[in-house]
Amino acid sequence: MSEFQGVWVFSESRDLMLELLGKGSELAKKLRVELTAVLMGRNVKDQAGRLIEHGADKVYMVADPALERFYIEPYTSALAQLVQQHKPEILLIGSTRRGRAMAPRLATRLETGCVPDCTELSIEDGRLVMSRMVYGGNALAKEICRVKPQIATVPPRVFQKLESRGRKGQVVEVDIKPEKSGTEVVETREIEAAKVKVEEAKVIVAGGRGVEKKEDFRILEDLAEILGGQIGNSRPLAEDRKWFTEWIGLSGHKVRPMLYVACGISGVIQHVAGIRDSQVIVAINKDAEAPILEVADYIVVGDLYEIVPALSSVLRRLLKGG
Amino acid sequence: MPTIIVCLKQALDVAELKVDSTTQRVLTANAPRKISDFDKNALEEAVKLKEKLGGEVITVTVGSEKAKMVLKEALAMGTDRAYLLSDPSFEHSDTLAISYILAEGIKKLGSYDLILCGEASIDSYSGQVGPRLAERLQLPQITYVRALSLNGDTVVAERTLENCYETIKTKTPVLATVTKEINEPRIPSLMAIMKASKKEIITWSAEDLKVAKTRVGIDGSAIQIMNVLAPKMDRKRIVLEADTVKGVAEKLAKALINEGVGGR
Ligand SMILES: Cc1cc2nc3c(=O)[nH]c(=O)nc-3n(C[C@H](O)[C@H](O)[C@H](O)COP(=O)(O)OP(=O)(O)OC[C@H]3O[C@@H](n4cnc5c(N)ncnc54)[C@H](O)[C@@H]3O)c2cc1C
Repeated sequence: MSEFQGVWVFSESRDLMLELLGKGSELAKKLRVELTAVLMGRNVKDQAGRLIEHGADKVYMVADPALERFYIEPYTSALAQLVQQHKPEILLIGSTRRGRAMAPRLATRLETGCVPDCTELSIEDGRLVMSRMVYGGNALAKEICRVKPQIATVPPRVFQKLESRGRKGQVVEVDIKPEKSGTEVVETREIEAAKVKVEEAKVIVAGGRGVEKKEDFRILEDLAEILGGQIGNSRPLAEDRKWFTEWIGLSGHKVRPMLYVACGISGVIQHVAGIRDSQVIVAINKDAEAPILEVADYIVVGDLYEIVPALSSVLRRLLKGG
Repeated sequence: MPTIIVCLKQALDVAELKVDSTTQRVLTANAPRKISDFDKNALEEAVKLKEKLGGEVITVTVGSEKAKMVLKEALAMGTDRAYLLSDPSFEHSDTLAISYILAEGIKKLGSYDLILCGEASIDSYSGQVGPRLAERLQLPQITYVRALSLNGDTVVAERTLENCYETIKTKTPVLATVTKEINEPRIPSLMAIMKASKKEIITWSAEDLKVAKTRVGIDGSAIQIMNVLAPKMDRKRIVLEADTVKGVAEKLAKALINEGVGGR
């Protein structure tokens, strides 16, 4: 038997940590090994119980003032030391922007591989098989890691957390000295977050560069409201036009609503990569050649400024009746 | 005056990729390649800093002889010195091995103030080389940078996280990865392209870099790719048409209600 054993999970995001535990317990069961959560922070004792309830057999807790804020070097070094001591075979890390910055650094310190943003994880022949999108969303790659620990990062809302029930587990406080941070955060500015997370929306009415002014999103909001959904957008509207701070797609939020209405979005592969799991896709585009039409269920070739308000008004009438 | 190193990748132009419809394999062999988009932002930022502060921009890439193309473009955009780290043994390296090769190349270059990379490459989108390189060179790292300033040995950067912008302060040397937001890369003039074509590209082999053969290529890589297949997209692709806008809207509304939209 290999000296590496057990499945570990870590994320600084509490929600994502529970999702990792959900998937982690499935993998651990298959391998017949323990599931361990690593909890780091300044004062984190009160969180350990919740991790056990959601699937952890063991919680390694590192409490240190240097871990109060998420800095790369202290977090990487604490986790690396723990891994070197206990040698898990699998380590799942939450794919937040912080996690995505830390995981490769950690993997390098451990001289191992890391597969980012996995959307499928399974065990084959005792090894972790990791799937993720590559080539801008054109393809799904299945990869394995020849070295242990096998590290994967996992985006939010890909896997589900377990129902919490009365479970027993062990909390182990560990004394580890984290390295000092080489950087200092001097200011943070909150980004106003949408009320409902776009990944959780049942209906998304999304606009692209075909929407000329930010105010014009009102017509999309109107439709979204009638359908009980919310608005979304392509990346250029955030990065080039600065109307929003987030976007849908490969490098943004991956969504899986019941209905996705793409208005004035061309459907470049990186955008499509984020909406692929939608149940129904509607494309409203004035270009009859736009690639979005290839991946849509219902296609309307026309001006979104005419179609969207007209659709809202018909739906308002039809849906009010019943 | 600062020395700024930019790491560039010659990536597959993913917008041009074709899929073999029988095998669902992505045809990458002869697909066009280009400088990975965000790496271009990194280079632009370096050249802008040089224009403001003086100093030197050095561009490094790991790749085959073909990757000289991206270094030519980098020279035209304002790179002073361009290095190609190239050896048959480097082929099929994963990010663990690539970061090792880059780190050895950068050590050979000598001292520097700033290393800039793109947030991730357009083809593999793993975002790992920057942080891995920072670890190998024992540098602080700042990822997802949308604004950057360099003043003496002080670096101030603003980075984008999910729910906030963080302003980070640190001392050089440091490694930063940048997002597209940070700037608009210049398109080099014909003059600049002509001049660049005369500049020398320096090639360093495995031997020049004294890298361990066991740490590069397939042997030095941890990740093994089992397969890469295009997902099948089965969509209805029903085109809705009518004489009037209202007519189309009616059809679409009914189709959506039939799909169960609207809570019924
Ligand atoms: C590595 C990488 C990652 C990326 N990640 C993402 C990502 O996560 N998400 C993302 O969205 N993009 C991403 N992009 C950018 C992506 O390549 C495209 O540039 C982007 O999605 C295009 O946005 P768009 O469809 O809004 O704009 P455009 O491509 O300009 O399309 C606008 C569309 O609107 C239509 N239109 C114009 N006016 C009207 C009208 N009045 N009525 C109807 N239709 C109209 C046009 O016909 C056109 O089809 C990424 C790029 C790279 C390189």
